[in-house]
Amino acid sequence: MLAYIIRRILYAIPIAFGVSVVCFSLVYLAPGDPLQTILPADATAETIEIVKKEYGFDKPIPVQFALWVTRVVQGDFGVSISSRRPVIDEVMGSLSNTLVLTGFAIPFAFMIGFTMGTIAGCYPGRAIDRFVTGAAVMGVSLPNYWLGIVLVIVFAVEWMVLPATGMGPSGSASFSIFSLDDLRYLVLPVITLSMIPIGILSRTTRAAVAEIRGQDFIITLRAKGLSEFAIIRHVVKNAMPGVLAVMGLQFGYLMGGSILIETVFTWPGSGFLLSKSIINRDIPVLQGSILLLAMVFVATNLLVDLLQSAIDPRIRRA
Amino acid sequence: MMTNFRVAVLAAAAAALPALAPATGQAQGTVTVAMTAGDLPITTGSADQGFEGMRFVAFNLYDALVSWDLSKFDKAADVRPGLATAWDIDPANHKRWILKLRQGVKWHDGCDFTADDVVWNFDRYTNNKSPAFDTFQFALTRGYITNFESIEKIDSHTVAITTKTVDSQFFYNLSLVVMISRCRAEALKFDWKEYVTQPSGTGPFRFVRSVPRERMEMVPNKDYWDRGRVAKFDRLVLQPMPEPATRTAALLSGQVNFIEAPAPDTIPRLKSSGMNVITNSYPHNWAYQLNFVSGPFTDVRVRRAANYAINRPDMKELLGGIMDEGYSTIPRSTPYYGNPVEYKFDPKKAAALLKEANCLPCNVTLAISTSGSGQMQPLPMNELVKSNLEAVGFKVNFDVMDWNALLDVGRGGADKFPKIHGINISRAAQDPWYGLIRHVSKSQWAPAGSNWGKYEDAATEDLLLKIGAEFDASKRLGLLKQLNERMNDQAIMVWVAHDVNPRALSPKLKGFVQAQSWFQDLTPITITP
Repeated sequence: MLAYIIRRILYAIPIAFGVSVVCFSLVYLAPGDPLQTILPADATAETIEIVKKEYGFDKPIPVQFALWVTRVVQGDFGVSISSRRPVIDEVMGSLSNTLVLTGFAIPFAFMIGFTMGTIAGCYPGRAIDRFVTGAAVMGVSLPNYWLGIVLVIVFAVEWMVLPATGMGPSGSASFSIFSLDDLRYLVLPVITLSMIPIGILSRTTRAAVAEIRGQDFIITLRAKGLSEFAIIRHVVKNAMPGVLAVMGLQFGYLMGGSILIETVFTWPGSGFLLSKSIINRDIPVLQGSILLLAMVFVATNLLVDLLQSAIDPRIRRA
Repeated sequence: MMTNFRVAVLAAAAAALPALAPATGQAQGTVTVAMTAGDLPITTGSADQGFEGMRFVAFNLYDALVSWDLSKFDKAADVRPGLATAWDIDPANHKRWILKLRQGVKWHDGCDFTADDVVWNFDRYTNNKSPAFDTFQFALTRGYITNFESIEKIDSHTVAITTKTVDSQFFYNLSLVVMISRCRAEALKFDWKEYVTQPSGTGPFRFVRSVPRERMEMVPNKDYWDRGRVAKFDRLVLQPMPEPATRTAALLSGQVNFIEAPAPDTIPRLKSSGMNVITNSYPHNWAYQLNFVSGPFTDVRVRRAANYAINRPDMKELLGGIMDEGYSTIPRSTPYYGNPVEYKFDPKKAAALLKEANCLPCNVTLAISTSGSGQMQPLPMNELVKSNLEAVGFKVNFDVMDWNALLDVGRGGADKFPKIHGINISRAAQDPWYGLIRHVSKSQWAPAGSNWGKYEDAATEDLLLKIGAEFDASKRLGLLKQLNERMNDQAIMVWVAHDVNPRALSPKLKGFVQAQSWFQDLTPITITP
């Protein structure tokens, strides 16, 4: 197992390098000046040259990349062009805010999606199955940006029972998941963010449960006289690895931050940061955040693989 | 039994609702502003995030030598004394300005404001050999002080600034260069990353705290030197909120009580909820700068035709009335508007001019953006312009790009982009330089300045020389009017609209006067319980 983990971690190195090369190239291929945010629209050529030199953007792109990689391997991700804060602080701060959101959204989505999918899978073709399948399709089809705005209009504007935006009454610095007042700020973004994972998880679970229920060993279990509840326990255990893999992917995806949802709710997470840095061409933040997010994705997949192996020893043997 | 259980659950949920009762998120006496910016503006002097950063952060924490009079609703804002009480040209040297500094002013950190502070600030903005030089601030302010040559201290409260060329309106540029505390900067050993969280100015508000990307809090400076501008409320909170629907929801739900730029389609809803939606003319210009190097717009008849083709009342209707019709680079309320020719909607005249210019169909390519600072609603607005132009004989091709890329085109100049015949970049026009001169002066040919199309006109250059050398304000006003009239006669742009800067305020906020300016004064606001 240890060798497996080490091997997987080593695999992450070429992935990180590949991500950084692609990211660096894409950022430079896009039109626009990285210093646009700090330079006035009518900045003179002389001013642009002085500032470019100061920020190191006057060097050839391969040299810039080499310098950036050299600093990154030493743990220095540079400083944001627009905010002047260290990139590592920017990215880690926003990642932790997204983690709060995802940490609530994924268990919530798993709970609802897995339950719905299991029920539907147990009664294929019946009314409850059709209902769950319909709800799942709706979940993945609803534009979550639109849903977020609708929820805000209903719960924040019309009924005024939940806040519309932000991460706590005084911002993320004092946010606590143990404070009811702070938790109120989570309700609407978590529900909005959960909709797609609920749809995906319930459909995945439904398919897995329906398939497993048709397998020979279930007939054997039934012939042995096991209760329906006990049979479902076996079905669920067998369906779990596949569902966990999907959940892991969803977790990684959500950790990348949903740009639209975080923008609608002004949630200061990684999606909001990415969106801001793309618009501002804040290259150090863009590079740092994409690299770190890729690493989070790799780590999440590794964790899911390990969990799957723990649940289903056949995977480890394979 | 099951029914009873459900009833119990519903009852429990209903009982829990009061626990989720609305928290307004603001203390009594707090003005909470939702800005359009995506991040908090920098606090180390001049602010980024465009003029919104200057409006809410720089001009609240700091003062400039020359200030803006933002107290009037019905008159275009103009400059007034700030940290300098007077500025006069040296009679013996028309490049040398003598500035008398205000006595008895203290920085937020308690140090006295003196001439040494002013000299140090200019050093920090312009001299890259200075230990206090700040590249970021250099980048932000350079555009305002390109004509700055040097500064000298005359006595403890007098300085002299020398310019590179004679410029009778240099004092306008000084209004955008704010002074920060040398005392605080020295105490922090010129570490600007530290200064961000411990700024010290002389402005009407003191910095309290900020949460990056989320909020900045300030409290009134009770010792502010301008006693008429000591804020009466307890706290000012600034929140970046780039999404218009979110700003509107935040206002309607009571999380904020002051929002910038609500989307036009939400204005009826805001008004029906009792919010005060305020608009006013201000020096903003939504137009197309034209290519004078190559292409159809080198012919003045084509330029005039394009202006006659625009149906501005239709455009106003498209925006729900939230714009002023644009017939010149500056709004009509500007003191130096003069009496220029206004190209009112006349499609027949436009078609005739195109025929006369032998440009049918007249193929033009316009570079536009999907969004951007001051761009209003660029896509539907550009679509309407296209249909107007094509109705009279133009054939319009849009080169659509994002804001950043369009700015790059704008900086490069028309000769670098010969296939582009016009660019749609909204511009500020808050003073004669920004409103008029920079668009037509040969010295401002891109990439050196904002004359993107490389416009050149002997009569204009002659007027510019006279304006620069005219230190009598009333005579200069006459010359500026002539300049605007000349620019209109030559149809140097295709003018469409001036934004009217919509804002929405909670009905509890009283006393706010929306000045005809990019900048606004929050200090008169009072809050009713």
